[in-house]
Amino acid sequence: MTTATETVRHTRISARQTIKDIRVITRRNLLRNIRLPQLLIFATVQPVMFLLLFNYVFGGAIGVAIPPIAQGEYINWLLPGLLIQVAAFGAGQTALGLTEDLSKGVIDRFRSLPMARSAVLAGRTLSDLIRNGFVIGLMVAMGFLMGFRYQSDFVRFGAGLVVAMVFSFALSWIMATIGLAVKSPEAAQSAVFLPVFPLVFASSVFVPTETMPAWLQGFAINQPITVTVNALRGLMLGREALADFRPGMTASQIADAVSNAPTVQGQVFLSLFWSAAIMIVFVPLAIRVYRKTVT
Amino acid sequence: MNNPIVRVESVVKTFGKETRALDGISLEFEPGIVYGLLGPNGAGKTTLIRVLTTLLKADSGYAEVAGIDVRADPVAARTHIGLAGQFAAVDDYLTGRENVEMVGRLYNLSAVDAKQRAGELLERIHLDDAADRTVRTYSGGMRRRLDLAASLVGRPEVLFLDEPTTGIDPQSRLDLWGLIRDLVAGGTTVLLTTQYLDEADQLAKRVAVIDRGRLIAEGTGNELKDKMGGSVVELHIADEDRMKALEAMGAISDEVTFEESRKILRLPAPEGSQTLVEVVRGLDEAGITAQDVALRKPSLDDVFLTLTGRGAAAAEAESGPAAKPGRRGRRDRKAG
Repeated sequence: MTTATETVRHTRISARQTIKDIRVITRRNLLRNIRLPQLLIFATVQPVMFLLLFNYVFGGAIGVAIPPIAQGEYINWLLPGLLIQVAAFGAGQTALGLTEDLSKGVIDRFRSLPMARSAVLAGRTLSDLIRNGFVIGLMVAMGFLMGFRYQSDFVRFGAGLVVAMVFSFALSWIMATIGLAVKSPEAAQSAVFLPVFPLVFASSVFVPTETMPAWLQGFAINQPITVTVNALRGLMLGREALADFRPGMTASQIADAVSNAPTVQGQVFLSLFWSAAIMIVFVPLAIRVYRKTVT
Repeated sequence: MNNPIVRVESVVKTFGKETRALDGISLEFEPGIVYGLLGPNGAGKTTLIRVLTTLLKADSGYAEVAGIDVRADPVAARTHIGLAGQFAAVDDYLTGRENVEMVGRLYNLSAVDAKQRAGELLERIHLDDAADRTVRTYSGGMRRRLDLAASLVGRPEVLFLDEPTTGIDPQSRLDLWGLIRDLVAGGTTVLLTTQYLDEADQLAKRVAVIDRGRLIAEGTGNELKDKMGGSVVELHIADEDRMKALEAMGAISDEVTFEESRKILRLPAPEGSQTLVEVVRGLDEAGITAQDVALRKPSLDDVFLTLTGRGAAAAEAESGPAAKPGRRGRRDRKAG
């Protein structure tokens, strides 16, 4: 056995080339959505269906339990929540896309090229971010048609969308790690729902957390999806939306609840903190798993 | 050898505790030739290619391509190699041209150069007519050719082809053989794996037979065939004629054998079809009508039977699917 490691120079890939590689891979991934439009149609139909179903089926029942700032319109309460649900489900696409490339040998090809290895993952998460941005945009348009009105101002509303996108991007890296770990598209299909379902339903996406049993509340209030949904609601509807509201409260009780409610800035900060923490853990982890993945 | 372009020394690669996919394999070869790796599924062919193309790190041993230690400087090694894996790794929803251009961009060519190079290559693989159709509409053979074109974008010194003709029709297979010969004529070195002895024989200047992650024989196609004893004639004769037939064939060869289980009479055919003619004439003169007469070329099974004492199918069953962890979508294939 010969060891020549000490004398051999490691060839590195420049930052400029890395950025170009990321662009090439992102474009390739996005082209798939354009060439196979049915993918995008199905990705959009499902969340729009959720929006319609939840609003018109549960709206009447839940409408009385939501804070008055929503003007009694469940859609005002629901849309910020559903945007985060869409962001979470959409991130699952990252796992599916990667496993598909793995099983087709495309990743092998990429890994045999003198390109930046990080570009495969970065290109994937970026293209999924753009794709999710498109779906979120469509949801917002649909929401406006169904009567959604933000109660703050346009800047805060836009900031809410940015918080949602940052969160979606962070989740994509979790999904990338899951996809690379399970390897097959079939396994990824069910594996991605494992973390997403409990997080989405045990959260404030559909109903206020104070309606949940105490043992669940502790989890539901602090987990990243609730925090992010709160940040969006706070930004789009105001701090009143975060108050611990119960039907039949008097005006002074409501005022009390609002002054006890978490601040909007606090929730935005917490959400961004969660996104950063997720990326600090999962970006290196995904890259590590990618390097070690044997197909 | 003065300057081998590929050098492998005692490379070991294990998967889990049980599977030794490469078990201390060593080989080397000179530039400008086709080098064939022959063996059944699970012999370690793909694993060796994956080590040489920097997709896998060996547990121990040394591997070098174009003078570069693939473990120490994989990025540099990648600029000298091209890889076409077992599945055509092309994107269905891109056109043929977009596929090749994308690989060109990833080889760090400018957009203009990538476009020009794609045009050249598509013409070379005779896909220029279909270049602007999405790959979804391509046949299996066209996909393989496109995959080959993609692996050529970087003008690789060494091209690795992992079972390039598995699962495609005979005409496409011949087309691919022609392309590979042209490449080698142009100075490229090709390492190809195959399960087909005739493919190795047709293309490769030298052939390595591998089994259980080890090299068990190496040489030119003819040398290997000599080791196996060449072609044989097989006769299926009715029971009552058997003695007469044995006598008649004895006049042609000293090595007539009878296989009881399949009721087959077998004799070596060093002259190939000429021997077959003699056999048929001999039977005719003895007044025997054979139920079946066949000239059989040595197959991978024969290579394995001769070299290891067990057939290729048995070797494959032993190594099992664990030899290639995580591989999916594998088509059913027969060895040999």
